[in-house]
Amino acid sequence: MTVGGVFFLACSLLCLVGAVATVIARNPVRSAMGLLATIVGIAGLFLLLSAQFLAAIQLIVYAGAVVVLFVFVIMLLGADSSPAREDRARGAKIVSGVLLAIMAVGSIFALAPRTDQVTRFAPVTADHGSVEAVGKMLFTTGVVPFEIATALLVVAGVGAIAVARDRQGAMKPKKVLKDPRDLFVGPLMPRDDTGRPKEMTP
Amino acid sequence: MILMGQLLEHYVLLASVIFAIGAVGFLVRSNILVQLMSIELMLNAVNLALVAYNRVHVDNMGGQMFAFFIIAVAAAEVAVGLAIVLSFFRLRGTVLSDEADTLKH
Repeated sequence: MTVGGVFFLACSLLCLVGAVATVIARNPVRSAMGLLATIVGIAGLFLLLSAQFLAAIQLIVYAGAVVVLFVFVIMLLGADSSPAREDRARGAKIVSGVLLAIMAVGSIFALAPRTDQVTRFAPVTADHGSVEAVGKMLFTTGVVPFEIATALLVVAGVGAIAVARDRQGAMKPKKVLKDPRDLFVGPLMPRDDTGRPKEMTP
Repeated sequence: MILMGQLLEHYVLLASVIFAIGAVGFLVRSNILVQLMSIELMLNAVNLALVAYNRVHVDNMGGQMFAFFIIAVAAAEVAVGLAIVLSFFRLRGTVLSDEADTLKH
């Protein structure tokens, strides 16, 4: 087996273990770590598929932003927000288990490589998937969806702030200004024992 | 076995299995945070399949470009989704999606 084959097997194993851990972990932080493992494994597979730019984006956006955001929210809500037991209807579990079996067995039968009919990868040039080549395509063929994606990200950011903002905090009354006489201390502003300014008698 | 990682079928098989795990996770778990992570799993599986198919049709990089947009949309989706989770937790004090039944009453 070649070095690439070993790398493929290692990344696939990381992906599968991470995906299973994401789904079955009781602690959401462990789920987030499983998601991180899957993401790193898929980034390695992107490298193997000569998509260097996407591998970097995958690590920066998913591992660097999305997983951190998940962990932030889990920490913000607190460990006791996620109950250890989830009372889920038994029917949903059975239906989804059957679904998983159908999808897994079906895809294995449909896609398992037969020796007579396989799809080999085409030879690629050295710049396939490089930042330069993908960037050139993004700014020529895909410039309209690219601009729409920027608008979407701005709207999503503003929307996230609007949804997550604490309404009670926003409506709290402003701090009442102090009596300006409290600010002055000195012989011209005599005070009584409690610290209140004495009434000036003309 | 000698061609491990050099055939399209290996990648698509892995992607479909990860997609199935994500779909089951979305259905079985009732913790909204884990459900969002399962959605991320499914999006990642689709990305893997797109990039693998792009490795067969190498005359342009449409598959990689599409995967790039999927990553952008997934980032936006996670931001808004987690904001909704925070808001829901303030409202009901839990993160179980079964408790999101205010419209029923």
